[in-house]
Amino acid sequence: MSTAPFLRMTRATKRFGGVVALDDVDWDVMAGEVHCLVGENGSGKSTMIKLVSGVHLPDPGTRIEVDGQPHAGITPKLAKDLGIHVIYQDLSLFPNLSVAENIAIEEVVQGLARPVRRTRMREIAAAALARLDFVLPLDKSVASLSIAERQIIAICRGLASQARLLIMDEPTASLTRAEVRLLLGIVARLKEQGIAIVFVSHRLEEVVEIAERVTVLRDGRRVGTYPAAQISAKRLAELMTGRAIEHKVVMHDVTSITPLLEVTALTRWGEFADVTFTLHRGEVLGLTGLLGAGRTEVALSLFGMAPSDSGEIRVEGRPVVMASNREAIRAGIAYLSEDRLSLGLNMRQSVKDNLVLTVLDRLANRLGWIKPGKRRAVAADWVSRLNIRTASIEASAQQLSGGNQQRVALAKWLATEPKALILDSPTVGVDVGNKQGIYEIIRGLAARGIGILLISDEIPEVYYTCDRILHMREGRIVGVHRPTEISEHELEERVYA
Amino acid sequence: MAEDVGAARGPLEIDGLLKRIRERTPGDIVGLAILLVVLLGLFSTLLPATFPTIATVQSIMFQLPELGLLALAMAIPLMSGGLNLAIIATANQSALLMAWIMTHSITPDMGSSEVALLIVAALAAGLVYSVLVGLITGVLVATMGVHPILVTLGTMSVIDGASIYLTRGTIISGFPEAVQWIGNGTLMHIPVPFLVLLATAGVVSLVLSRTKFGISIYMIGSNLEATRYSGVDTRRVIIGVYTLSSVLCFVAATLMMARFNSASAEYAQSYLLITILSAVLGGIDPFGGFGRIAGLLISLVILQVISSGLNLLGVNQHLTLAIWGFTLIAVMAVRFYLAPVVMDAIRYARRSPPMNRG
Amino acid sequence: MRDLLARFSGRTEIYLAIVIVVIGTTLSLLSPYFLTISNLIDLVETYSVTAILAMGLFVVLVSGGIDISFAATASVAQYATAFAGADLGWPAYVCIPCGLGIGVLLGCVNAILIHYLRIASIIITVATMSVYFGLLMYFSHGKSIYTLPDWLSTRVVFYEAELASGDTIRITLPIVVMVAAVIITYVLMNRLSAGRQLYAMGGNPEAARRLGVNIAGVQILAYAYLGFMAGLAGLIQAHRVGESVPNALVGHELNVLAAAVLGGASLNGGIGSVPGVVLGVVLLAMLQNGLNLLGVSSYFFQIVIGLAILLSTSITGLSSRPGRRRSSRAAEAVANG
Repeated sequence: MSTAPFLRMTRATKRFGGVVALDDVDWDVMAGEVHCLVGENGSGKSTMIKLVSGVHLPDPGTRIEVDGQPHAGITPKLAKDLGIHVIYQDLSLFPNLSVAENIAIEEVVQGLARPVRRTRMREIAAAALARLDFVLPLDKSVASLSIAERQIIAICRGLASQARLLIMDEPTASLTRAEVRLLLGIVARLKEQGIAIVFVSHRLEEVVEIAERVTVLRDGRRVGTYPAAQISAKRLAELMTGRAIEHKVVMHDVTSITPLLEVTALTRWGEFADVTFTLHRGEVLGLTGLLGAGRTEVALSLFGMAPSDSGEIRVEGRPVVMASNREAIRAGIAYLSEDRLSLGLNMRQSVKDNLVLTVLDRLANRLGWIKPGKRRAVAADWVSRLNIRTASIEASAQQLSGGNQQRVALAKWLATEPKALILDSPTVGVDVGNKQGIYEIIRGLAARGIGILLISDEIPEVYYTCDRILHMREGRIVGVHRPTEISEHELEERVYA
Repeated sequence: MAEDVGAARGPLEIDGLLKRIRERTPGDIVGLAILLVVLLGLFSTLLPATFPTIATVQSIMFQLPELGLLALAMAIPLMSGGLNLAIIATANQSALLMAWIMTHSITPDMGSSEVALLIVAALAAGLVYSVLVGLITGVLVATMGVHPILVTLGTMSVIDGASIYLTRGTIISGFPEAVQWIGNGTLMHIPVPFLVLLATAGVVSLVLSRTKFGISIYMIGSNLEATRYSGVDTRRVIIGVYTLSSVLCFVAATLMMARFNSASAEYAQSYLLITILSAVLGGIDPFGGFGRIAGLLISLVILQVISSGLNLLGVNQHLTLAIWGFTLIAVMAVRFYLAPVVMDAIRYARRSPPMNRG
Repeated sequence: MRDLLARFSGRTEIYLAIVIVVIGTTLSLLSPYFLTISNLIDLVETYSVTAILAMGLFVVLVSGGIDISFAATASVAQYATAFAGADLGWPAYVCIPCGLGIGVLLGCVNAILIHYLRIASIIITVATMSVYFGLLMYFSHGKSIYTLPDWLSTRVVFYEAELASGDTIRITLPIVVMVAAVIITYVLMNRLSAGRQLYAMGGNPEAARRLGVNIAGVQILAYAYLGFMAGLAGLIQAHRVGESVPNALVGHELNVLAAAVLGGASLNGGIGSVPGVVLGVVLLAMLQNGLNLLGVSSYFFQIVIGLAILLSTSITGLSSRPGRRRSSRAAEAVANG
């Protein structure tokens, strides 16, 4: 690493109308460094990235130096020329085009009448892949690649355009542990070549592991920049929220309580096998494991979206065949999907319509007729019960904040009066501060007798919220743990082993 | 953003009927109503003697219904995020079927009760046919996941092709008086077809806003997967959508057949454009998910007014077609550029204290 | 789904080719006249107009849009050229560019409306179809132009040969223009950056925009290209039949769309190839020709096209349903018991 930073921002400020998104922030990134940027939603980190990548121009008084050269502001073209390359979470790839074309896409987006030089594009693509010591068939269509492979292509695209600073937004969000290791290997190669890398990430444990330095933003200001080796994820969380977070282990013995959901030898070819467990009334049962372990698949099976090939499910002692999710809902099982935005809610429809969608059956009489006012009453009831902040129940769901959207998604399932509630990664993308609120809701629901299956990647989350924790690996349950009998660290070791 | 976990306020501050009406009448419908009034004024000024007459009103009320029913048949798939290009073909072939049955089974010497029975049989056949077409279309769209444009293009070809093949383009005509009454009679001075349209539109409107099925339609239109995850049987609803659409075609077929006293494979071909036009004009979101029947009806009246007015002005029917197309474009342009301004104004006027803010 | 897309690139063309071979063989067995050179060349010439239109429509489909006003555009361009030539007596070098220019202009109008009003292309083009066609019928009073200027109606033969069987084969202007249109479209879509940008836009419009693709410009290009092809097709059609009938091309949109869809183009954009669309046209041509040769009424053809669309899209629809997600590790673990 050289001693002068590749990028240095001084007194960065950006106002949008009356809102101060960034307030007098200093930041620098060294060449060949892995630097992580963390902060809650609204902390200003995305604004900062946009200033660097040229989407916005900073307010006067800001100084930006790239490679020693000062600039008053950066435009998209200038960012490209300077070698600043952003990889968004969706990777901006074209599934219908080949690997080579995706990597060398720059060659065809300038001008309309330029001839396409296939050979040259293949050379560029091959060179970029070689720099990462990675091999992929150049002619394969990107649609057929895994997420990890696509990410590598996105990185290669950056290399092909001579990137000197690579900014990646939530890069490890959908990667398995093995794939994260792969990514880290790639990152190491980039470092060797003097390329600076900035990760924007919510996954604090990974941040601490991957980064050399971490910058924390809060409310538009920089809280500080810390060497990753000298800080813990817990401390980062506290710095991000400005509050000390107390973690207490749940002391709750549930084994004497009536079983709610008994799953025996559930198997679905290619996804999971021989899954057996019991969920009790009022219990919060965690289901953790690495990506690809089959947890969501099990949940979908329980919820009737992907019927199992063999095995039995009993709800309150009665065997139920989950042929479709309607059966599951009738049996009292509800499922809050991981993908809140596209599967959890109908964004353009009103809060009211979203809230009652799951219970239309119950509100309607035999002919399917719903009395006027019923939907409104149910919706208003849930809005007040879960403290959902909205201008009116007729406001569209997309007008709400992320946390409130999550509450609407939760409310609509609670409206079905479920016996068992499956929450799949409910706090992904949710700020550290809001996470606590959601944990409180979860424990509150359990206290009222609902059995909760909490699927999560984050060990602290399951450790401090659950009564028992199931550990799945490669389609099978390999362990059942109680937080009272194992330490958080030990659990982590077992899962990440 | 810190969440409010404090004590909740009371629920909605409903301050009466007025607020509810304001909430339910989007700027769209108000805008359309204004446009209608403007057009009525315009044509009345241009044609003071012929336009603002009972005859005009009656002629509109006679012509509107077939178009209206076909527009409804188009609007419902649109709301679900699809499209039904085969509505004219379905209507025509249903009419042909009914016409064939009637002309081949009813002889002048039959008693009126026999005739009535045969008419009912013909209607039943037409209905069954339409339901079948709708079911097939719905199944293809729902279970095969084929794009509705392609499915209905395919069914339209097959149906149109079969109709033309079977009739060689000829017309089947000559129906009993009872049938003709449906198309040309009046009940308390109001044309029967118009009453049929009102009744049907009313039923459809209620179904869309107050039944499980109807609500599911527009939820599917805005996000199919999320609606499916929420426990709605989306397959059944989509099949129902296209079946309902076809049934509406059947009703339209009955009216057309009754009014023209004939059926042909080639009638109403130009209506396809107009049904899409009126649906979009009426605020039915072509991307699926929103729309109101009231808006659809007003937009139909607008189109009919334009048509009648232009007709009285002696304007060629082809030019009318062009004017319709132009109107659609103009309305969309106005909506796109003015709507944000209008919506902001309405929202400002409608503002009430937000809920649950401590 | 992603596995399927990988398997499918190139697959559609292969399936199509197989289907064509099968149908071709069947037809040649059923009718001895089918596989004769003169019949085939005749067929090619008859379908030249459809092929030219299909090339234009293909470009728009790849960009992620659809346009059903092209038949109206073709009719307008054709009529205007015929009118200028026959009634106004303008020379060819003025009339022809005018006709083509009108096609381009009408296409641009479509593109501008679609881009700036942000409405679904199907809705916009339904509207413009009404406008173009309505105005055409109005200004032409529905009357056809039966006497075309010589330069438009005279047959141009590029190659003529007598066969042993006594038949004459002629390679005429429509065939040459069609081949040129296919080649130009191929070059545009595969060898020029504009074409790749069209594919990119169809595959991921947001990413294309972020990369700096001029979305408005590329959209205008696509629809203007279709407009140009429509104008060209209109002229060729007038050339072939020797007269200009304003509503002759009505309903032809269906055949062209069928050919494109059968040829592998997707309504969602980003997918399809020029060879595929050519095969789609060939398939359609064969079906119609086959029906003719077998003495089946031409009304039946409509039914056949409809069934072909339903069948092929159902098959595509069925095969692209997501299969089981198989994480290989989980599968192994499960297999190992």
